Amino acid sequence: MYNFEFVKPATIADAAKALGTEEAQALGGGQTLIPALKQRLNAPATLVSLSGIGEMKGVCRADDGTLAIGGATTHVTVASEAAAHYPALAALASHIGDPAVRNRGTIGGSLANNDPAACYPAAVLGSGATVKTNTRDIAADDYFQGMFTTALHDGEIITEVRFPVPQKANYQKFVQPASRFALTGVYVAKFADGVRVAVTGASENGVFRWTEAEAALSADFSPAAVEGLTVSADGLIRDIHGTPEYRAHLVKVLTKRAVAAAA
Amino acid sequence: MPKDTGIGAAKKRREDVRFLTGAGNYTDDINVRGQAYVHFLRSDVAHAKINGIDTSAAAAMPGVVRIFTGADFTGVGGLPCGWQVTDRHGVPMQEPPHPILAQGKVRHVGDPIAAVVADTYEQARDAAEAIVLDLEELPAVVNMGAALKDGATKVHDDLTSNLCYDWVLGQTDDAAVQAAFDAAAHVTTLELTNQRLVANPMEPRVAVAEYSRGTEDYTLYTTSQNPHVIRLLMCAFVLGLPEHKVRVVAPDVGGGFGTKIFHYAEEAFVTFAAKACNRPVKWTASRSEAFMSDAQGRDHVTKIELALDADNNFVALRTNTMANMGAYLSTFSSSVPTWLHGTLMAGNYRTPVIQVNVKAVFTNTVPVDAYRGAGRPEATYQLERVIDKAARELGVDPIKLRRQNFITEFPYDTPVALTYDTGDYNGTMDKLEVAADIVGFAARRAESEKRGKLRGLGVNCYIEACGIAPSNIVGMLGARAGLYDAATVRVNATGSISVMVGAHSHGQGHETAFPQVVAEMIGIDESMVEIVHGDTSKIPFGMGTYGSRSLAVCGSAMVRATEKIINKAKKIAAHLMEASDTDIELKDGRFTVAGTDKSVAWGDVTLTAYVPHNFPLTEIEPGLEETAFYDPANFTYPAGAYACEVEVDPETGKVTVERFAAADDFGNIINPMIVDGQVHGGIGQGIGQALLESCVYDENGQLLTGSYMDYAMPRADDVPFYAVDHSSQTPCTHNPLGVKGCGEAGAIGSPPAVVNAVIDALHSGGMTHVAHIDMPVSPSRVWSAMQG
Repeated sequence: MYNFEFVKPATIADAAKALGTEEAQALGGGQTLIPALKQRLNAPATLVSLSGIGEMKGVCRADDGTLAIGGATTHVTVASEAAAHYPALAALASHIGDPAVRNRGTIGGSLANNDPAACYPAAVLGSGATVKTNTRDIAADDYFQGMFTTALHDGEIITEVRFPVPQKANYQKFVQPASRFALTGVYVAKFADGVRVAVTGASENGVFRWTEAEAALSADFSPAAVEGLTVSADGLIRDIHGTPEYRAHLVKVLTKRAVAAAA
Repeated sequence: MPKDTGIGAAKKRREDVRFLTGAGNYTDDINVRGQAYVHFLRSDVAHAKINGIDTSAAAAMPGVVRIFTGADFTGVGGLPCGWQVTDRHGVPMQEPPHPILAQGKVRHVGDPIAAVVADTYEQARDAAEAIVLDLEELPAVVNMGAALKDGATKVHDDLTSNLCYDWVLGQTDDAAVQAAFDAAAHVTTLELTNQRLVANPMEPRVAVAEYSRGTEDYTLYTTSQNPHVIRLLMCAFVLGLPEHKVRVVAPDVGGGFGTKIFHYAEEAFVTFAAKACNRPVKWTASRSEAFMSDAQGRDHVTKIELALDADNNFVALRTNTMANMGAYLSTFSSSVPTWLHGTLMAGNYRTPVIQVNVKAVFTNTVPVDAYRGAGRPEATYQLERVIDKAARELGVDPIKLRRQNFITEFPYDTPVALTYDTGDYNGTMDKLEVAADIVGFAARRAESEKRGKLRGLGVNCYIEACGIAPSNIVGMLGARAGLYDAATVRVNATGSISVMVGAHSHGQGHETAFPQVVAEMIGIDESMVEIVHGDTSKIPFGMGTYGSRSLAVCGSAMVRATEKIINKAKKIAAHLMEASDTDIELKDGRFTVAGTDKSVAWGDVTLTAYVPHNFPLTEIEPGLEETAFYDPANFTYPAGAYACEVEVDPETGKVTVERFAAADDFGNIINPMIVDGQVHGGIGQGIGQALLESCVYDENGQLLTGSYMDYAMPRADDVPFYAVDHSSQTPCTHNPLGVKGCGEAGAIGSPPAVVNAVIDALHSGGMTHVAHIDMPVSPSRVWSAMQG
């Protein structure tokens, strides 16, 4: 990697200040950024580690009933501490990467990167969560803006994610054989006022909601409800691991499985 | 009762203690005082003319010692190919030069263009980025079929075409072969691909070289399976150095799988640069470099046709293969699709007429060479797949069809140049049917179907030619080396023994198994025997470890040397006991005089050899050290039968391997635990090929699978527990241990079993239109095949 300055602030305010400097780059758990630096694909002047900020870590139930997860919370912590509150989210976290990834990687880092095959974007969009930053609240529907693209401004820090807790939910990940990221993953969440279905891994535009399935499942939360629906292959990813048609097929299969598992 | 010591004992591997506790000594652990580091600037395009390389800015960068380009190597030889294949018209193969650093053109992504030697690795990388290249990109030749078309862009401008050779084995008369097919009652045809693989040993390649200005000696530490071969090739063909001034050390090596057999540009470079810079030079490959510079494996495209008579006897076999050589001929690349592949096309079967045609093709891809099994997996896969397809077309049981056509009498001369000395294919199949619980399959299938899954059973046989190889024979076939091996048994005064062996151990467990043989022969404890390997300064000579040859060839040399030791020790014992040496018997480490109660211990004799106060100096020399070279009389022929059961998820196409059974005939077994481990590892790699692994280039020659994000390695949860049976044993008839070799069997025998099982599963689900799915049988490929 190239040389860089390294700072590890203890507060959000200090981190925001550090990120205001020229060519500064936030570092979460580093599970994507560090390999990129090693490959010399990225040359920040300053790395601002967010892992020393106590106020950005942890999982708790907020007064309004939502589940609050600090932006610097590792996957392994979410897997254990969210289990009692939101089992589907905890289960998703427990299957990201491998133990080393889960002990370093953070929810904020994953969401800021917005890899089109990552798991957390499906949970956040599928839950209708709110991404809280040091300057504002961003609704999940506004946050994800395409592959590796988000509503975040330069230097903006994800401090917390607020998840409304659904009545039922489940995440089905069909893994890409090499990376074990989601070749396609579907997150289904049933709330009192309707069902949300979020799909990761499949689209060239990153995570998206399958609104036809949401309507059908809101009327009838059963696998049979989506049987008659089809997913268009247009805009889905083609690579050595699968065609757009295969991914479209998987979206439906996984949605049915998620509904069956949640019900 | 199983033995707990000596030949046949399931001893835990003694070397594992150091490997598992971090006490191993790998090449990257070796640091020489004052060493500099080299970083290779590699081509990021598949094919280009080099119009210029401007190193002036880079040379001025901090820490740079020197920058080398192809121009620095104009007086130096290129990397040699160790096997000259002669084509069907009697013409030697086309053999292009393979420079250390690119000369005039780059021919694959990863081809080294320049080498920066600097004080630190990061400085070398920084400077490499400052080198200004003027590359004129040319069309890339990637697809073999396109490469062979008239007017195709040539990978090597000085060759007549991209065809390396057009080779035929077996029945060379095309009309005679066609006549056999015309007379057949049934012909089964199958077109398939044996995809390109990356070996991916856990330890990437590393090389460190130092040069002594005072003595003009070189030492090269390198990740090699065969340090003597590297020394010979590098000294004689590349750098023009006297062998006695060059020491090559291959210390602990973290897996090879074939890809560390070959002589590589990087190790020649660091040796050259150590003198040129008068400073030790070290190179450590990154995993990304390994993907684009380690020789890759397989990459055959084949059409195979099997002709059967009305009674389902095999009457003729014809196979046409295009074999990808990549951009250059790696050390043994030319032999893999020919003499290690075509010769195995008879398999375990009596097929009177066989024709094998192989066209080897140059492309703008990383060179291809031997990878675990080397040619034999490609032969086994196509043969066992076409037999399975034939059984399905004819509606006969695939095991029965195989049994009906088995070779049952030995020795057996195949139509493709080999003589199988021994085997018992029916006996081995009997063992498999038990190990795999074939009779229980129907119940397991019914249980799977209850869960909505399709269950399939795949069975196949394999045979391999190991114990490579009789030097006289391979010499006639074009090998530019002999393939014997050597061992020196050095008995110390106190009776402990060091055995210097030419075979290199990098996961095979030689350090445990070889002492079991020597200890058994003498009747002493195994802890008194130690194996020394991997250092040309300590070992007489050795051709290395590959082709499942170590025990069969080097082990035989060790037996011969030990026999010499015992003969001499008996003479010393006879002298001590004032008896005739013909009356001396050695048992349990004691020499006795037959018919008397006189005896002396092993240690008394060895001490006498080195303290010859009471010694027959006029008859024998003091000391106790013997060397033997062993050149095998024939190949060995391990053979077996494998069975795989898979479940296919009909909704997603995902295949899971539920059961896997292997029945192998390896002849005599020295250490059954090590044999189990070798078979387990081989099957794991075979399942990896069948379901997961694939090295893919795009149409521009860019490597799409350059990391583990896209190249799928098998993980522990991709494989089941294995049932391994090697109790079917027909000892090799021509080596002293009666051993055949077990290192590659698992990788050779398992891919067709997996694919046969997937096809069986799909047919059970009514998808009888699916005749074949190319490997890797990934979920998306299975699903696409199911759609019709």
